[in-house]
Amino acid sequence: MFRWITISLLAITIVGLAVFGYKEHQDKNAILIQAENSYQRAFHELTSDVDTLHDKIGATLAMNTRKQLSPQMAEIWRLTSEASSDVGQLPLTLLPFNKTEEFLFDIGDFAYNTAIRDLDKEPLSEDEIAGLEALYKQSGDIRNELREVQNMVLEDNLRWMDVELALATNEETGDNTIINGFKTVEKSMDGFQQTNSENGISSRPDEKDLSHLKGEEINKEDAIEIAQNWFGKVEPDEFTITKSGKGADIPTVTAAFNEDERNGYMDMSKQGGYPLTVMVARDVDDTQISLNEASKKAATYVDKLELKNMEMVESNQYDNVGVFRFVYTKDDIRYYPSTVQVKVALDNGEMLGLDAVEYYSRPNEEINKQPALSEDEAKEMINPNLEVQENYLAVIENEAQETILCYEFLTTKGDETYRIFINADDGTEEEVETLKTSEQRYDMDVS
Amino acid sequence: MASKKFVMFALLFALLILPVPEMYNSKKVHAFTSQVIQQGSVGQDVIELQARLKHLGFYSKDVDGVFGWSTYWAARNFQYEFGMEIDGLVGPQMKEKLVKASKGYEKYLPSGDGGGKQTGQNQGQEQQNQGGGGETTSEPTAVNVPGGYSQNDIKLMANAVYGEARGEPYEGQVAVAAVILNRVDSATFPNSISGVIFEPRAFTAVADGQIWLTPNDTAERAVMDAINGMDPSGNATYYFNPNTATSSWIWSRPQIKKIGKHIFCK
Repeated sequence: MFRWITISLLAITIVGLAVFGYKEHQDKNAILIQAENSYQRAFHELTSDVDTLHDKIGATLAMNTRKQLSPQMAEIWRLTSEASSDVGQLPLTLLPFNKTEEFLFDIGDFAYNTAIRDLDKEPLSEDEIAGLEALYKQSGDIRNELREVQNMVLEDNLRWMDVELALATNEETGDNTIINGFKTVEKSMDGFQQTNSENGISSRPDEKDLSHLKGEEINKEDAIEIAQNWFGKVEPDEFTITKSGKGADIPTVTAAFNEDERNGYMDMSKQGGYPLTVMVARDVDDTQISLNEASKKAATYVDKLELKNMEMVESNQYDNVGVFRFVYTKDDIRYYPSTVQVKVALDNGEMLGLDAVEYYSRPNEEINKQPALSEDEAKEMINPNLEVQENYLAVIENEAQETILCYEFLTTKGDETYRIFINADDGTEEEVETLKTSEQRYDMDVS
Repeated sequence: MASKKFVMFALLFALLILPVPEMYNSKKVHAFTSQVIQQGSVGQDVIELQARLKHLGFYSKDVDGVFGWSTYWAARNFQYEFGMEIDGLVGPQMKEKLVKASKGYEKYLPSGDGGGKQTGQNQGQEQQNQGGGGETTSEPTAVNVPGGYSQNDIKLMANAVYGEARGEPYEGQVAVAAVILNRVDSATFPNSISGVIFEPRAFTAVADGQIWLTPNDTAERAVMDAINGMDPSGNATYYFNPNTATSSWIWSRPQIKKIGKHIFCK
């Protein structure tokens, strides 16, 4: 009797386990298939986008009328952005695929700038047409490689989950067909950058450069002395001093210390020991001083940098800290590229952060300070529905990364505030920005 | 008999609830603190300032306790109308004029309980103001956010930073947040914060679900610092932990510096 009960109980348990195991297995498979399918979608879309892209670039080469060219360029721009987004959805982050991504970015950039340009006034130059032809060839190479990979994927039922697995388990990635295929694509991109930058198609933003700063290279003792100047009472042997590696745009020396309640970190330029980034991390539990008092404190910290003519243009309170932005102002002209940010604790006014990289990496270039337009002439360039509240002269960097003199207008329309930059020489509307600094708290109803 | 009981009960009830708000608030009503209020300020004083300016018709948006652009223009217009120096700073002189001019502004104070959704309707407000409770129980209903970012972007980044680098020194956490932002700017990565964070295999914390841990304040502060321009990583777009890195390719990237356990590179 007892034996039978045991046997039947065991049998039920085994059957139950089997059913449970089978169900789990099925669930897991369903999820894997779903993940695989979204990878597959991204991959196949990528190949088809690159395919269309290649055709469209080819078509632009045959086009003669400007009317056709602009929409075609807009289409190319859209396709590159879709292709980049497809790449972003594939598990390629740890694969060398940068050059291909940069290539897509460059085409997009070029196509966008051409699409918005008035081609009647400024038709494509010889160089640019040569560049387009190079792009056509390169996109053809990518297309062929991708088509080949796609063919293998479909032929052999290759799965992206295996790529993912191969990358995750640190297997020698050489065996995976898909990975190999993408490596070949990347290889075909070798040397494209040079041709493209010669043709004016590729334009990488300049790296930050501090070589114009004067001064001797600093050593460890100098670094400690500079750091003490900013952090106050910290013993010299508490600092850890490190130097930046070969990959750094700006050679820096870092001083850091770690106390129980208060940590500090500071980057300074190796050349001359200029403070670039200073951070103090500690808890700030309450607000004792006003933002206004803190802004005066912040100004004294900027003075400590020995920078002159710095004007505060922005102040914001976040919880119990104030963040202030200063720009270089000379002869009533604001130099927006030359900014310094300061973060001040609102409990005792201590400086918690300082960021002067931007300031030091943009030497205050000489600029024609005499605007060709008068203030009233510039004002006429503004949308008449806006009400001008304040105006200044300002130097900004436009999309083409040129430093230009502008009239800055702070304007309102209803409850919105806009910042508008009008080129002071030719009246071009360089930049229109909606100023928004606060947001409703969405977490209020919860508490 | 019944009425006596009722009175007793009412008295008891009144004793229980009334004194506390009454005593704390009676001094605070109609009184700015002594601080100079300027653009970017947040808090009680700003709520009072906005309510008073709204009462006088200078300010038309919600009373949210954040001194933004609309409040700034309102303050300047007030200064203009009252013949004061126009600087947008709310100092003692302006406060005095404002207090004198804006009797009865209380109806614009947000109610203290439900998060201040109302915009000055009178029903149910009366008792609030008589008790003076509207002022001290209400919190600002908005926050300053750095241009171009929302609170939810910041939360998402804080999640990623906490998942990736919670054991790291503070500067290491700021550096990880800065890498996310550098990737958004870079040509070879997606162009949004969510795109960068959820790129497959980009962050281990996303792959293994640690991103959904609840981040602490430090991670959030680190994200704010990075958004406000701090970049201890030196413009890096990659970082890895040399002890656990699985890709040999990552070692070939030009290295910028090491912070905590992470090596940051281009």
